[in-house]
Amino acid sequence: MLELFLASTIAMATPILLAALGELLVELSGVINIGIEGAMLAGAFAGLAAADVSGSLALGLLAAVAAAVALNALLALMVVNLGVNQVVAGTALDILALGLTGVFYRRMFGLTGSAVVVRQMGAIALGPLAHLPLVGRALFTQNALVYLAFAMVPLMSRGIARTRYGLRLRAAGERPEAADALGLGVYRLRWEALLAAGVLTGLGGAFLTLGYAGTFVEGMSAGRGFVALAVVILGRWKAWGCAAAALLFGAAMALQFGLQALGTAIPYQAFLALPYALTLVVLALVGGQTDAPSALGAPYLRD
Amino acid sequence: MLLRLARPAAALGLAAALVAAVLLALGASPLAALGALGEGAFGNWLAATDTLVKTTPLVFTGLAVAIAFRGALWNIGAEGQLVMGALAAGACGLALEGWPRPIGVALVLAAGAAGGALWGGVCGWLRERRAVSEVISTIMLNFVAAEILSYAVHGPLMEPGLGYPESAPIARAAELWTFALPSRLNAGMLLAVLLAVAAWLWMFHSRRGFELRAMGLNRRAAAFFRIPVARLGIAAMALSGALAGVGGAVQVSAITHRLYESFSPGWGYEAIAVALVARLNPLAVLPAALLFGALDNGAQAMQRAHGVSPELVQVIQAVVILVLLVFDTPAWAGLRIAKGDLASSPALAVGAETVAGGGGGDA
Repeated sequence: MLELFLASTIAMATPILLAALGELLVELSGVINIGIEGAMLAGAFAGLAAADVSGSLALGLLAAVAAAVALNALLALMVVNLGVNQVVAGTALDILALGLTGVFYRRMFGLTGSAVVVRQMGAIALGPLAHLPLVGRALFTQNALVYLAFAMVPLMSRGIARTRYGLRLRAAGERPEAADALGLGVYRLRWEALLAAGVLTGLGGAFLTLGYAGTFVEGMSAGRGFVALAVVILGRWKAWGCAAAALLFGAAMALQFGLQALGTAIPYQAFLALPYALTLVVLALVGGQTDAPSALGAPYLRD
Repeated sequence: MLLRLARPAAALGLAAALVAAVLLALGASPLAALGALGEGAFGNWLAATDTLVKTTPLVFTGLAVAIAFRGALWNIGAEGQLVMGALAAGACGLALEGWPRPIGVALVLAAGAAGGALWGGVCGWLRERRAVSEVISTIMLNFVAAEILSYAVHGPLMEPGLGYPESAPIARAAELWTFALPSRLNAGMLLAVLLAVAAWLWMFHSRRGFELRAMGLNRRAAAFFRIPVARLGIAAMALSGALAGVGGAVQVSAITHRLYESFSPGWGYEAIAVALVARLNPLAVLPAALLFGALDNGAQAMQRAHGVSPELVQVIQAVVILVLLVFDTPAWAGLRIAKGDLASSPALAVGAETVAGGGGGDA
């Protein structure tokens, strides 16, 4: 039971963590991407559609990344180059992705209701580690995206804190005018952050279809992208913090399966609402934006 | 004046071209689809009245978004506020058997406003007192509201004896007046028009409305001029939520007469497109809501005739928002295109508030 809960927690945390790490880069560069939910959904759908048509998981992953990167590039054009309101543009991208995936899903797979099912990514057992009691299955018998998500955490933590590039990225998010005056290229940094985030968010979406469900349901990202936004805040704009917060949400989501299976008296909607309510309670307690990059969300246009 | 109309018109033209491109990609003829859409929206008396029925909730949520955005309060939660308004109204309406109808209707609408105001006000409070971005909190509460409604109609409010996840019909005393049967025209539409006028008067001809617009333009400057920005932020979020909540109450009281899940196809999100097309002007919300109400209604006919799924409406909404944003972008300000226009929609064009510094700092 506990082993299943742990494995479920890791699986639930993975797409959120992938998206959150992407959003972390974007926010450090000074942009807030509300369109992350849409990018994840687009990745989920494109991954499944491509895998179904081509029969190749690799092509599915590639398509998922391409779809999310395309949406993020559109956002970059809007918010970086044209300086439009980031929240409204991002929300529009969410609606766009919801509409496009719905339209194309019905176009490609019809209205029959027979769900498309593709082969899922296989679990990779990490040698003897996989045979450890309790944690062996949960931590070391997962698919490649899970390992990738968690391997990214120390890499990104170090990259953000200790590399010249990380410093430049943070400069773009704290004082864009100063960063540009130093010739750091704020537009370029923000574009790069959004494109990299597209890759990670697309993989997060692909995890939903190719790594977990094996099928697509309209709107199946179900707020996970938004939760990733909250995870970045709860993680105080640090990679390790994001990992901890993503695991917290993963556990909250895993709990809902576990407790439903046990048949408690608590209505199942309470568990479905838990991750969202939890976000608000924790944010209210820790104070929302106090550690945020100073220029987060502010349009910045060069003169 | 003409120039001010020309730009939104050009934006809608560009949006239409982009949507036509999507239709072509789907293998449908844009002209035929448009014909079916128009036929479905206005083709006969019942279709036209149904367009008005589908316009009504968009007026309420559109007003909610317009007021919040004017104050640079990014309320993405009109959906949740609508749902909580409907839930409060429905619960109230179930308990009003035998009451006089005018009182019943007033109570139901008040309950809807209260439910929505609570849901919006909490986000205002979190923003101003706990520095929690209203963007995040409103989105989160959309999900929470949907689950609360789901619980209510599966649990305490479920019609006894039937196995369906829906409430019993509300009391007759709680039903808004309808006219011109068999159409579903109702007094809620008149209320929507009244509230649009009231919101316009409030926004442009009252002191608080002026303060809200000043806050939206430049929060720091507003605070400097002794405008109580923190309190105003909370109040405006509550007011915004109340408007959406009344929309939910009208839907239950005049149309569905009972509660069930997913009664809203996303009116709270569509409202963002409505408010932007209206350029955050409450009076202009009326025609903007009619435009999207017609789209929603016509899309179903389009699906029947051409097999284009109704999700296309969401694509249209998104394209309209994106195109309008691009047309309003400050990047063009340097080109001196219609400078007066930018000033008329400050919160969007300038958007000087950062998400980080938006709330709490001056509480």
